[in-house]
Amino acid sequence: MEPISINIESLNLGTLAPMFITIIGAISILLTDLFNKEKHKSLYVILVVLFLVFDLFTLLAHTGNPSGMFDLMHLDGIAILSQCIIIGGAILFVLLSLSKLRFQEFRYAEFFALYLFTIAGFQFMVSSDSLILIFIGLETASLSLYTMIAMHNRMTSIEAAVKYFTMGALAAAFFAFGAMIFYGLTGSLDLSEISQIIVQENFLSSENYANYVFILTGFVFMFAALGFKLSLFPYHVWVPDVYRGSSSAMAGFLSVVPKMAGFVVAIRFFEVFIASDDIIIKTMLYTTIVLTITIPNLIALHQTDIKRMLAYSSISNAGMAMAAVYIGTTQATTALFLYWILFTITNFGAFGMLWLNRGKEQKDYESPYTFEKYSGLVQISPFAASILAMFLFALTGLPPFALFWGKMYLVASAVNAGQIALAVIIVLNSAIAAYYYLRPISYMFLKDPIEGANKKFMQNASTPMKSVIGICVFLAIISVLTIEPLLQVITYYVTSTGF
Amino acid sequence: MENILSMLIFFPAVAATVGFMIHKDSMRQFGVVVTIVEFVLALLLWYHFDSQVAQMQFVQTLPLISSYGINYVVGVDGVSLFLVIMITFMTMIAVIGLTEKKAVKNLIITILYLEMTMVGVFVSLDLIMFYIFWELTLIPMFYIIGFWGAEKRFHAAIKFFLYTFIGSLIMLIGMLYFGYIYHETTGVWSFNLLDWYSVVLPFDVQLWLFIAFFFGFAVKVPMFPFHTWLPLAHSQAPTIGSIVLAAVLLKMETYGFIRFSLPLFPDASVYFMPFMATLGIIAIIYTAMVAYAQEDMKQMIAYSSISHMGVIILGVFALNTEGISGAVFLMIGHGVVSGALFMSVGVLYDRRKTKMIKEFGGLAKNMPMFALVYAVVLMASIGLPLTVGFVGEFLSLLGFFKVSPILTFIASLTIVLSAVYMLGMYKRTFFGELIKDENKVMKDIHGRELLALGSLVFLIISLGVYPKVILEPLNVSVEKVVKIMDVKSVDEKTKERLRSLNSIGEVK
Repeated sequence: MEPISINIESLNLGTLAPMFITIIGAISILLTDLFNKEKHKSLYVILVVLFLVFDLFTLLAHTGNPSGMFDLMHLDGIAILSQCIIIGGAILFVLLSLSKLRFQEFRYAEFFALYLFTIAGFQFMVSSDSLILIFIGLETASLSLYTMIAMHNRMTSIEAAVKYFTMGALAAAFFAFGAMIFYGLTGSLDLSEISQIIVQENFLSSENYANYVFILTGFVFMFAALGFKLSLFPYHVWVPDVYRGSSSAMAGFLSVVPKMAGFVVAIRFFEVFIASDDIIIKTMLYTTIVLTITIPNLIALHQTDIKRMLAYSSISNAGMAMAAVYIGTTQATTALFLYWILFTITNFGAFGMLWLNRGKEQKDYESPYTFEKYSGLVQISPFAASILAMFLFALTGLPPFALFWGKMYLVASAVNAGQIALAVIIVLNSAIAAYYYLRPISYMFLKDPIEGANKKFMQNASTPMKSVIGICVFLAIISVLTIEPLLQVITYYVTSTGF
Repeated sequence: MENILSMLIFFPAVAATVGFMIHKDSMRQFGVVVTIVEFVLALLLWYHFDSQVAQMQFVQTLPLISSYGINYVVGVDGVSLFLVIMITFMTMIAVIGLTEKKAVKNLIITILYLEMTMVGVFVSLDLIMFYIFWELTLIPMFYIIGFWGAEKRFHAAIKFFLYTFIGSLIMLIGMLYFGYIYHETTGVWSFNLLDWYSVVLPFDVQLWLFIAFFFGFAVKVPMFPFHTWLPLAHSQAPTIGSIVLAAVLLKMETYGFIRFSLPLFPDASVYFMPFMATLGIIAIIYTAMVAYAQEDMKQMIAYSSISHMGVIILGVFALNTEGISGAVFLMIGHGVVSGALFMSVGVLYDRRKTKMIKEFGGLAKNMPMFALVYAVVLMASIGLPLTVGFVGEFLSLLGFFKVSPILTFIASLTIVLSAVYMLGMYKRTFFGELIKDENKVMKDIHGRELLALGSLVFLIISLGVYPKVILEPLNVSVEKVVKIMDVKSVDEKTKERLRSLNSIGEVK
């Protein structure tokens, strides 16, 4: 028996470097806390930002062979791109912790360590082809998330965390089961090998009946698992409750960052199935997407609380981005990333504005974000009202604000791929969405303030938070100028991966 | 002079942005100054405009998203030039005659932003740019109706927003699809209208795209049966909102038909001509009857607007130089006239806080000046010769006469019907005994009101007497549109039809 000899070069440790930095950052935060008691949260926030920036630079500096660690790691174009979005989003959202009011979770350094672990988990998830590593990344991130939600220390938050955990555990079981079926059929856990074998052995044709049924079963399980993470219909029921239970900053984070990771896994996993033109799979995906876009939109019409409304709207937006995965052309994948970058800016703005307006006296199960509480905001605080309205208009898809360009490019990619029906469904849903986005706007702008109501807004605002939101406002307004460079970068990374 | 169009678009926006710093008591003066400067800029544009050239002038191109063919392209021809002048003029008059007391600062800022978007719509030559400005008009208008409006303003504002938003989204798909086809035929991405003019489309594609654009435009015109939002919006909107809505926003879509639908889809335009004409005639007759039944003066004028828009549609879809020139002239004329009408209603509403016709009567006794002004404006609205309303209506109907004398006869009922309801309203408002005490104390118009309404009356009569000043440059550009239609049509029958429609000879 020959001794196992591994060349350290062949491991290509560079592929691990970005995640290492995040993990080291998390551990160093824990160590800092160990030796220094009761440090102000700003220290940890800035440490997190610092490590994430470091992480981003290391990532961008990565060149050469994308595979490493026995092909477990796969740091290709879309992995780099999606990690940039994840890290960028994470930097934005952690800055929201610099709030003026004091909250339970920010007193603990562990919160910030967990935050970094979450990011590391998502980074692993997007930069691997192996179902096992994806699973581990997903679980690392999710478990940290549950804890972070629960640390908000309200009954609703704990309820939200438990709900999220239960649903997440179910999703994890689905994922494991789906992975098992694929392993059983193909003898591999590597997505590229699995798809190669599926194509070679012709598993996706009804002649190969026994295997076909198994593949379909596996697909359904994996689809459901991803569906939970991406909040696709009908796996979306946890979203509004969890968002309501978490703080606005956390809810915004949940609506953006984990889903980016989910989309990348979806792109990698669905590629072979979408390319196979199998009627059952196509129908399943198509109906799910259409329902995901439409149903939450209809439910959102009945909401009287901005945060729950935004929760439903983010489900619908996820459905739209999922439509890009379904279309499957290079332009559609580009559109997905463009959409999600702009969605990150816009949704950050919207949730950030809610977070700034968070008041002191908030009781359990009593939302501070009902429409009534925002009546006549423009007369009390014109800037806050205008900015929130701008973000809501941007979410509606009104030009020239950020998300319009994402929607336009997405619809264009659907039209160019011959999916006119899908394009029509997307725009009609934008019109439905316009109605519920207009409602808080009409409360803020068209009504007078309620007599005797709490007139204190922006209680939670601190200068750093305001400046971050200000930057996002600026980006959202001048977004038309950023599209060209963004498209070039995205196209470069996407085409280099071959999606 | 190359930058004059960009200045024209962005000057009000910049002014509005710095306007946040001005104290609210001085805001109205600021608004007046800015809109006057803007109007002078528009006149300067006219001065430098070469009326012998049919091509787009003052064209300026800047790349925005070049990898997807989206550029900042602006330019004017005879059609858009006069509409831009009309917009800037009407905005100026509306701001001068502004009597609103509530939150004037916000109102002026909103109006200035609105002016930017309106000018932008008429000078954009890139489809996506056009779409941006087109959609952006919704936000200020939503705010104006929703905040300064009457009791049912929320409902009106939201209905206005949703109706027009849905229509435009469908148009957006049409635009994107056209972009895709352009890419397929030429290999490059472009949303530049001047590039699009060179693409010849097969008939079925034209048909679908025409329908997509139709939704965007028809909802905003508004054409029967998509018109229900307009009377509601008008009746709830404040005076200045109604003026802008009637004078400018409703002209965007008939302009859209001339600028996009006709030259881009000539065969489909000919194919849909009977359909569009039918909708136009239904609008003319039906809404005129509805207008007659109105008790609310503003609602009545709103319905009469829809009725006149029907004539404009008829003129556009006459598809000959006379009809289209007439339609554009009527757009300008109707802009001025309906603006004046809504302003007059505003005068009454400010004094009595009601718009019900039955509340008034005998006003000619204590408001003689106002009665005179109102009479001139009414006559122009009906289409009396030597007023601005006559020229446009006459030419539109003349153009359509070539298509179908019988339909033209039915359509010319618009003059009779509008005389019926307008004169009826005038009689009940101004003649008879002055019975009510509240009406006895009403003062005649003076100062700002007189200045604003007086200049409108001056324009109504002078353009009615000497329309050539607009018609001549207009004809040059409209002939170009007809020529493009002829070149681009794929069906021989369409070409024949277009040629037979254009054989009367041009109007001098």
